[in-house]
Amino acid sequence: MKKINRRSFLKGGLAGGAALAATGAKTASAAQDFGGYPDSMGVLVDFTKCVGCRTCEAACNKEQGLPEPEKPFDDQSVFDEQRHGGLPRRPTEKAYTVVNRYNIVGREHPLFRKVQCNHCNEPACLTSCFVNAYKKTPEGAVIYDPTVCVGCRTCMIACPFYVPAYSYSSAINPVVKKCIMCYDTRLKFGRPPACVEACPQQVMTFGKRSELLKLAHQKIRQNPDKYVDHVYGEKEVGGTAWLYLSDVPFDRIGFDTHLGNQPIINYVKEFLTVVPMVLTIWPALFTGFHLLSNRKDAKKNEETKS
Amino acid sequence: MGGKKKLLGVAAVLVLTAPLASRSWAETGPDTVVLDSLANHYEAVTFDHAMHVDVAGNCATCHHHTTGEAPVDQNCGRCHSAAQGASGIACRDCHSVEPFSAANLKAIDSNPQMYHTGKPGLKGALHQKCLGCHQEMGAPTGCQDCHARNDQGDAFFRAGKYAPKPTASESHGGGH
Repeated sequence: MKKINRRSFLKGGLAGGAALAATGAKTASAAQDFGGYPDSMGVLVDFTKCVGCRTCEAACNKEQGLPEPEKPFDDQSVFDEQRHGGLPRRPTEKAYTVVNRYNIVGREHPLFRKVQCNHCNEPACLTSCFVNAYKKTPEGAVIYDPTVCVGCRTCMIACPFYVPAYSYSSAINPVVKKCIMCYDTRLKFGRPPACVEACPQQVMTFGKRSELLKLAHQKIRQNPDKYVDHVYGEKEVGGTAWLYLSDVPFDRIGFDTHLGNQPIINYVKEFLTVVPMVLTIWPALFTGFHLLSNRKDAKKNEETKS
Repeated sequence: MGGKKKLLGVAAVLVLTAPLASRSWAETGPDTVVLDSLANHYEAVTFDHAMHVDVAGNCATCHHHTTGEAPVDQNCGRCHSAAQGASGIACRDCHSVEPFSAANLKAIDSNPQMYHTGKPGLKGALHQKCLGCHQEMGAPTGCQDCHARNDQGDAFFRAGKYAPKPTASESHGGGH
């Protein structure tokens, strides 16, 4: 029988670890190119057309059965509201979409920007949720099951767009709340979200995501002096179902233009593959160390006893 | 609450009612047009077509190439040259009441040759044209400057008698 000494034990352990790491890395790269469901739907938002009437907010409130707002939906004073740190409004448990105003120097009118869930192709909220509450449907919506949500709020931190809100008002069962693209009542049946349909200016165009991308680039090509040559959401964080056209650079209207084109999960995937390895190998490894280091003492004890 | 959730059927049934024709209809179209596609939230608008003909001067300003005048937008001119009219001239002849209907989405999907895939629906077309020009000309741009909101509209916007009651704990709002 081959004698196991300290050196060969360590060698074996390292080799096994390396092999596991290699297979782990392989599965990570294989899952990298999902790129979204092929026939998923989306919404193309053209900020040059929005006049800030807030009809979309009213439509969302009605469709989703949300509680009474603090101010009427035709009240323009909400545009002056600021959150802590001078930040504009963001979606809350009572409003899954909000419109914000940006005063741009040199632009004739202020720019109004609608904010709601962007419905990522590879959502960070979904991958961060340890109870699997989230689901990306083939239609394109990122939906969630509030009955399994445990209120850990990891998704709120994971979301690169700061979209999921939390029902802090509920003392008994606080859960995460966000736009579901009207999946239950509309999208499931092939119909556009309520905000899209209600918009008087048709700021938003509903359609297949692939078709919307073609349309967006056609619009840019035909109006090169009007639009910024970028479709926000085409590539950002692996692509989103909601796409944006603007005449003002995106970083000036609150968009994060440094998110990169990788889905958020890619940044942690390699680390996460190491976790099971650590959990399986380390106990055996350190038990081995312990036994080895104690063997001499144990032998000595036995010898002195006998 | 959930049962009450009525689908927001913006029942955009536009009735371009029979023109109250008086003067040379063949040349300038109807004098007035009643627009009531948003009847669920707003009173109908009686659009003074004759006045707008005088202001715009050119049919193509609003009607693109359909009246047989040269289109204003250069992009349209690449295909629609002057004197190439269309059988339908009214807005609703081309701009669909339900632009995102299953039929319209299918048509875009099944016909890769289709060009006007982003053509706005009737409501969008009317507002984009009207508001765009009203902003430029300094004409009224408020929602109720053109159409007065009805009771249903007040309920939808939580305004008027449906406005939220101001609470004593105004600053007590949920998350920061």
